[in-house]
Amino acid sequence: MLQFTLKRFALAALILVVAVTIMFLMIRAVPGDPVSIMLGPRATPELKARLIAEMALDQSIPKQLLLYFGGLLRGDLGVDVFSGREVTTIVFEQLPHTLKLIFSAITWSAILGIALGCFAAAHPNTWIDRVAATVSVSFIAAPAFVVALLSLLIFAVQLQWFPAIGVGEGFWDTAWHLVLPSLAIGLSWVGYIARLVRASMLEVMGESHIRTARAFGLSERRIIGIYALRIAILPVVTVIGVGMGFLLSSAVFTEIVFARPGLGKLVIDSITTRNYPIVMGAVLVSTGLFVISTALADLINALLDPRARTNA
Amino acid sequence: MTDAIVNPAKSKSELAIIIAGVARDPLGLIGLIIVGVIVFSAVFAAWIVPYDPIAMNIPDRMQGPPTAHLLGTDQLGRDTFSRVIMGGQVALKVALPAIFGAMAIGLTLGMIAGYGPKWLDNFLMLLFDTIRSFPTVMFALAVVALVGPSLQTVVFVVMATSIPTYGRVARTQTLTLRNSEFILAERAMGASIVRILSVHMLPNIIGVLAVLVAMDIPTVIALEAGLSFLGLGVKPPTPSWGALLKDGYALIRQTPWLVVGGGLPIVIATLGFTFLGESLRDVVDPKLRKNR
Repeated sequence: MLQFTLKRFALAALILVVAVTIMFLMIRAVPGDPVSIMLGPRATPELKARLIAEMALDQSIPKQLLLYFGGLLRGDLGVDVFSGREVTTIVFEQLPHTLKLIFSAITWSAILGIALGCFAAAHPNTWIDRVAATVSVSFIAAPAFVVALLSLLIFAVQLQWFPAIGVGEGFWDTAWHLVLPSLAIGLSWVGYIARLVRASMLEVMGESHIRTARAFGLSERRIIGIYALRIAILPVVTVIGVGMGFLLSSAVFTEIVFARPGLGKLVIDSITTRNYPIVMGAVLVSTGLFVISTALADLINALLDPRARTNA
Repeated sequence: MTDAIVNPAKSKSELAIIIAGVARDPLGLIGLIIVGVIVFSAVFAAWIVPYDPIAMNIPDRMQGPPTAHLLGTDQLGRDTFSRVIMGGQVALKVALPAIFGAMAIGLTLGMIAGYGPKWLDNFLMLLFDTIRSFPTVMFALAVVALVGPSLQTVVFVVMATSIPTYGRVARTQTLTLRNSEFILAERAMGASIVRILSVHMLPNIIGVLAVLVAMDIPTVIALEAGLSFLGLGVKPPTPSWGALLKDGYALIRQTPWLVVGGGLPIVIATLGFTFLGESLRDVVDPKLRKNR
């Protein structure tokens, strides 16, 4: 297990290094002078000179890359071109908003998805199962930002049940503001998780310890809810870890639609003002988050299921 | 569309069997019909649209349906229905080249990874894993920030982010096939690597990839629409579904029909392609069902 853990984290670190290098080379590969592109119309000679010195653009490319990695290790993602604030500070100010949204979305969709999956597995190949399957596929297919827009239109603008914009203050108000955004992000996950749980549940139900439990006369509800679910739920853990990238992606759209602060809003605003260091910083932080959560999911999976350790 | 999904190496009768198999499944049939309608309306869009989708007509602006305009008009008096129909064409124009480009490149790299030396395999896998480690939309935003929004940028982003998926599947298939007897026999007879991969491996891999293509099209349509919604995809006045949503969102209280007009086609298209893909998967390779 220790060996697996070390290997997995080494791979994650390697992936991050390659990812940063790709991003770095991409910026340099853009035709034209990077400083002018970054500063856009605001490029004055003084600003240019400052940025060239800050980003060490007068050095060779490998040297620049090394300096950049050195900065990353110290948690330095560069400086906001306009305000002069640290990019790291700015990004980590916005991150909690995005994480809150993602976790609320995944929590409600996991609960509903698992329930739906169990229900379908308890009645396999009946019309209930078929309806659940169709609903699952339909939910999976719904893109988060379209759901966000349509729910904004219906529930916030037309019916006015929920607030249309912002994050709110205090616990209840915050939760109230989270309902529609997390509905938009979570909807496709309900279908996905339901299908996953149904499939793995049906597999588990055929195993001998379940047959034993049945032979002891335990109620079906108890068997499914306690004995089978404990094992059938494992793939969900992995999928959520691996799905962090999708969650972050849909959070970007949802934040824009509901005018919520967060990483997505930060990136979009920075693109409009051509504030490159912030765009790159936010992209790197979200990539790092994704890589770490994938690795953690693999570790949890290996911890719970020893067979997974051999695939390292 | 059907031409693209089908394995070119398979005979016509097999194509008929696959289509018949999909049509037997109720969801597959719905998917087939939806996709058929979308493809039809995209191909013949120029004849279907009642108005010029980019012609402004300020006196008729922001008219709600139903008037002379079936789905109303936007803030510039452009006909929503015409823009929805043309939007379908734009969506397919982005999705198809991007997906088939990604499949071609991913297939080639994946076969090379699976058949070639170990170090090359490791290198390609690391590259694939790295590209997959960028959250798609974040990666798209970074690229757009660097090179500016355009249809080509969207196609590039989709290709770059989908190549690893196709590459990985192609690699796995190649690995399982490389030691099978017919490949060993070919090798013993002195067939070149190019011949082995293109004549003998390819027909055995492409069926699985075709299913992935059908499943990926909705993701790509949604991504294009999403970027256009953010104003970072296709440029105005091109009538993309995302652009419709963007206009509708800006004036959501005045012209809600734009949000519906842009949103529903995306939902219906994703549903159609997903149903078709699922059903196609069951017909082409029932074993895959378990792995999903």
